Amino acid sequence: MADVWIPTGMQILTDGQQRVQVEGRNVRQIVNNLETQFPGTKARLFDEEEDDLLPGVAVIVDGEASQLGLLERVEENSEVHFLPAIGGG
Amino acid sequence: MVDYQPNVVLSTQEFKVVGSRPIRHDGADKVTGRAQYGADIQLQGLLHGKILRSPHAHAKIKSIDASKALAMPGVHAVVTSADWEQPSGKVEDMAEGSIHNLRFISNNVLAYDKALYKGHAIAAVAADSPHQAEQALAAIQVDYEVLKPVVTFRDALKDGAPILHERLQSLSNPGLRAGGYKPDDDTSKGTNLANQFEFNLGDIEKGFQEADIIVEKETNTSAVHQGYIEPHTGTARWNTDGSLTVWSSTQGHFNVRDLMSRMLDLPVSKIKVIPMEIGGGFGAKGIIYSEPVAALLAKKANRPVKVTMSRTEVFEASGPTSGTNVRVKLGASNDGKLLAAEAHLTFESGAFPGSPVPGGCNCIFSPYDIPNTYLEGIDVVVNKPKSAAYRAPGAPAAAFAMETAIDELCEKLGMDAIEFRLLNTAKEGTRRATGPLMPYVGFVETLNAAKEHPHYSAPLQGPNQGRGVASGFWGNGTGPASAVAIVNADGTVALVEGSADLSGTRVAFAQQAAEVLGIAVEDVKPSVGDTESVGFTSNSGGSGATFKTGWACYEAAQDVKRQMIARVAKVWEVSEDDVEYVDGVLQHRSDPELKMTFRQVAARQNATGGPITGNAGVNPGGAGPCLATHIVDVEVDPDTGKVTVLRYTAVQDVGKAIHPGYVEGQIQGGAVQGIGWGLNEEYFTSDQGVMMNSTFLDYRMPTSLDLPMIDTVIVEVPNPNHPFGVRGVGEVPIVPPMAALSNAIHAALGVRVNQLPMTPGAILEAVWEKDGK
Repeated sequence: MADVWIPTGMQILTDGQQRVQVEGRNVRQIVNNLETQFPGTKARLFDEEEDDLLPGVAVIVDGEASQLGLLERVEENSEVHFLPAIGGG
Repeated sequence: MVDYQPNVVLSTQEFKVVGSRPIRHDGADKVTGRAQYGADIQLQGLLHGKILRSPHAHAKIKSIDASKALAMPGVHAVVTSADWEQPSGKVEDMAEGSIHNLRFISNNVLAYDKALYKGHAIAAVAADSPHQAEQALAAIQVDYEVLKPVVTFRDALKDGAPILHERLQSLSNPGLRAGGYKPDDDTSKGTNLANQFEFNLGDIEKGFQEADIIVEKETNTSAVHQGYIEPHTGTARWNTDGSLTVWSSTQGHFNVRDLMSRMLDLPVSKIKVIPMEIGGGFGAKGIIYSEPVAALLAKKANRPVKVTMSRTEVFEASGPTSGTNVRVKLGASNDGKLLAAEAHLTFESGAFPGSPVPGGCNCIFSPYDIPNTYLEGIDVVVNKPKSAAYRAPGAPAAAFAMETAIDELCEKLGMDAIEFRLLNTAKEGTRRATGPLMPYVGFVETLNAAKEHPHYSAPLQGPNQGRGVASGFWGNGTGPASAVAIVNADGTVALVEGSADLSGTRVAFAQQAAEVLGIAVEDVKPSVGDTESVGFTSNSGGSGATFKTGWACYEAAQDVKRQMIARVAKVWEVSEDDVEYVDGVLQHRSDPELKMTFRQVAARQNATGGPITGNAGVNPGGAGPCLATHIVDVEVDPDTGKVTVLRYTAVQDVGKAIHPGYVEGQIQGGAVQGIGWGLNEEYFTSDQGVMMNSTFLDYRMPTSLDLPMIDTVIVEVPNPNHPFGVRGVGEVPIVPPMAALSNAIHAALGVRVNQLPMTPGAILEAVWEKDGK
């Protein structure tokens, strides 16, 4: 299962856990399964209307900011982070 | 003459074209004045737009009467925010790093019901001449209800403070940095706190308990402006088919198109944005100010309209960086290992939410391996212009606090500044304070290059001189990018790409294509395509253009190569597998008689199957972070507080320098802007929110007379995720200078100056405090 890091502001939804184990072969499945395990998390990450991650949420898989968002592949032992997207100058 | 090499490139991998220093293709036009910048556009029937700006930092707009202005000779149109629909207050993600709340952008372009800073656009006039437009502005009557402004984050967060946006959603999510509005039925109290978030790693309390030495400090920085030479400008023309053509000086013409599409409720296919040459941007030309106003005026006047800001308008009404406050606490063991670090970053975002405080949080601890960290980011709205990106947004203010705190730690430990950093440097696999692991980076190599540079061991030459060192981190960006390589019959290539050229990227793209094709870079003619000539390309920002669009050019050239191999195989009646492409020559793998040059195949392209055009659209991951370490020597006059920069060396890992000359220019430019930020530049804002120094006479940027030559060391630790190893260049060189200067001033006089800019007055205050005066 993937090792999913929960942003501090969302840890209230994961019983204070910073890291949780979640099944999923891509980010979409991770978000959906995270919601099953910890209701309320999906709304903090996912935009139902746009069927995409919320604007400004970057997903980092195994240390690299994903350019594919929900489609990004997640391996069995991947590490997944949800962080602010950082714009540059 | 110096007795050392002022610019050094420490290469690990050599290519034929990549890594060379050709003359840029656009150079002659730029130095002879033929290049067309934004305001150079001339169109038949062109009108001139001018903008009426609020004299108040905070006021309700009760009414606007433009009837007298409209009756004036030469005046064709007046517009206000009533001339367009108010877009949704929802945050939208429009491109890489480009996250927008369209309501906020719309209300920044033209104020809706409130003026939120001095200089906020209220209305605009289109007239035959700029002077007629200016005269007409004076005839527009605006009835304001003047409100008390809040001009600092401290005032903005006080109980009972005037509220800028009654329905501002106060967030606790680092992802939603641009903020938003509360639902209509949410009657909770208004706030100026737009966002507040935190990151935890390890056990911060335990880390400090285990520390032998603790340093705590607080820094403040004033807002500064990017100071680009060319003011913002936009020209709009409505065509007979209802489509809109826009000429813009921008870092991202696709972003201009997409934003205009949402704001004008027009499909993107109806908007063509033509990028003009850009006279500097540094992050602040990634958004729009003049273009939508020009479009609204042009629609009403039924004539093309150009809107160009004056310098004062640029200062008062575009986007400077945030004023900031950073509190940092570091704990280390007696042998110099960092054990704990805590930072609280408060950034003023200006009149609308969205300061670069996430960037500050992302960068502040990133150069180091620290097991226990806590970060808090706070975004506060105040009655000042909306902040915009400026080179490594958020990182310079964060590094000013962190890198001066490290200097204090080194002083207490009696450790050398670079040895301390080497002991604590983040490497591949280091857990960062925001969570993810650090990818492959060249921090150690950069620090070693700094340590071995002659500057670091050179003796200082006199009293009141000091040497300072500081490092900085920037993650570098990427995003979607496109390129088209058109093979001409004479063996040259027209390379059309989608990134606005801020810094000589055209030649860097041509070099990458030429390297693939094995032809001379002079035979590749690069140009920046408009939004109908090349595929979507995200902004030239985040130090990502050479990475992502360079990659697109690499792939477009590979496409050409594949097509040429197929053509030659057809001519020779052999399998494509039997043809190889080596240094611009196509040859049979086993028959040495069968050879054709790139030029020969190009000449026969139509007869062998038609024109050869390579296409590429990419969205690559794997942008490689980079670190810089700067060394500066200063002399400080203890009587006047004046700082003279004696010597400056900037050392930076760039991955691979495609064009080392322009990489050096970027490093030097970033360092100089950092020196200006450190010593001279600031917005002087009155307690009524009025900028008191909105001209270049009073806003003091450094000139060549104020500076020594900036020496550079390019360290090349290739990014394994890019075909040529590119990381990024343009932003990280502005991160270390302020802290390096502060550390040097301390070394010279024994005082810590914890505010920017470190003016003579600020330095004297510190000296007097030390002396008990």
